[in-house]
Amino acid sequence: MADSKEKQEKKQKKEISKAYEKYASQFTPKPDYFGNGLKAFLIGGLICTAAFWFQNRLTAGGLSEKDAGTFVTISLVALAQLLTGLGLFDSIAKFAGAGVIVPITGFANSMVAPAIEYKKEGPVLGVGAKLFSVAGPVLVCGISSAVLVGLIYWFLGK
Amino acid sequence: MNKKIGKQSMLFPSGAYLRGRGTVVGKKEGEGPLADCFDLILQDDMYGEKSWEKAESKMLKEAMMRAVQRAGLSKEDIDVMLSGDLLNQLMSSSFMARDLHIPFLGLYGACSTMTESLVLGCMLIDGGFAQNILAGASSHFCTAERQFRMPVEHGNQRPPSAQWTATAAGSVVVGCRPSPGIPAIRATAATIGKVIDPGISDANQMGAAMAPAAVDTLLNHLEDTGRAIDYYDLVVTGDLGFIGKDIMTDLLIDAGLPAARVLERYDDCGTMLFSKEQDVHGGGSGCGQSTGGRADVGSGCGCSAAVFAGSLMRKLETGKMKRLLLISTGAMLSTISPFQGESIPGIAHAVALEVE
Repeated sequence: MADSKEKQEKKQKKEISKAYEKYASQFTPKPDYFGNGLKAFLIGGLICTAAFWFQNRLTAGGLSEKDAGTFVTISLVALAQLLTGLGLFDSIAKFAGAGVIVPITGFANSMVAPAIEYKKEGPVLGVGAKLFSVAGPVLVCGISSAVLVGLIYWFLGK
Repeated sequence: MNKKIGKQSMLFPSGAYLRGRGTVVGKKEGEGPLADCFDLILQDDMYGEKSWEKAESKMLKEAMMRAVQRAGLSKEDIDVMLSGDLLNQLMSSSFMARDLHIPFLGLYGACSTMTESLVLGCMLIDGGFAQNILAGASSHFCTAERQFRMPVEHGNQRPPSAQWTATAAGSVVVGCRPSPGIPAIRATAATIGKVIDPGISDANQMGAAMAPAAVDTLLNHLEDTGRAIDYYDLVVTGDLGFIGKDIMTDLLIDAGLPAARVLERYDDCGTMLFSKEQDVHGGGSGCGQSTGGRADVGSGCGCSAAVFAGSLMRKLETGKMKRLLLISTGAMLSTISPFQGESIPGIAHAVALEVE
């Protein structure tokens, strides 16, 4: 009896908070999804086009396609790291959003940003402990889901 | 003599006077519309220190010392110092107190800390437990950001409802006598707020999460003291921001307060600290001043502390305002509570200040 009363109260609380959330959302401006998407598309596309141009130059110079691809990836990571260190990456990301966060540039930034941040707590317990604080969860979930998909693929293949 | 009135309010009949004030703000805050109200504007938010935390602590210390100086007192005249900040274990406040050697009480009320320390300080004075006290609070964009959100240089886009933790420290001296030379500003009443959780779980919706607590505190204050909203020249909340301010206004009118009076007399410190253009021009200094989102709405302990001790108290001193109700608002979330599925509880305390 007491249990169901508690449950009822919980349900009621949930309903009230839902109603309040709806009420509060009337006052909240929505993010400009279309504009943000467009900017991300343009800047992200521009980065990819530049990367491809660079890769083509490298293969034209005699590098194998695989080596050229690796070199381009390294260059993008290095560039994003440098921009993070100079304090410019966050300004670019504020404008371009997913356009720079989703490609490997975002990954580079998510490693360097905590490295800079936690330098003050020392190289081991600061940088060492916190280096993966942003990228870690993404890596764990990404690799886990890759394994899962790989298993499904393997079973289907049999 | 019973000093408690109504359900959750109190009067200070013996007299608690605001004697001095001190403010230190960061570069961005110093570029805002209130720039000329602050005692010290930092050119570098590191303040010559090795870490953001040390810089915040030094800011708070400087604000405290400037308040003491302005009150015409010395460190030894202060019986108790009450202060708080947003950091774990109150790092900024405790480490500031380590240097000052003044009896110290550390408080955590999230961004409501300025009024929490002020209410308790006035009680100490009015109760005769102290002659002079220091009450203050601080916050720093970079220390708060790294503790509650992401590393400062991490690139992301924040939603338009996100607020900007102010890099600011403010403090006031409260004493049993007014300081000679400045008009006597007296704390006449206070209301201690309840923790109210309307169930908002989005950490970018702090204003909405805190507004009901501020409404509750204000309505109880008016009922307990028997005052109407137009008793005050200005009723000001701490850091609800534009969204929270709109919600508060709507809820107050809904509760039956006269709409014209609410619109005319209610404002929010978070909407005063920065100008709209600053979001665009927030160019990068060492402190990652350009991290995404809408950066024209202030929050943090330092927001109401610095706006109050800098701008609002000056208006009281110069006679531009006679009666002020300060309601600092706090969001009582922790760094882990959102991950445990908890919503954000809000709190708000009110102090009434009047020029005699």
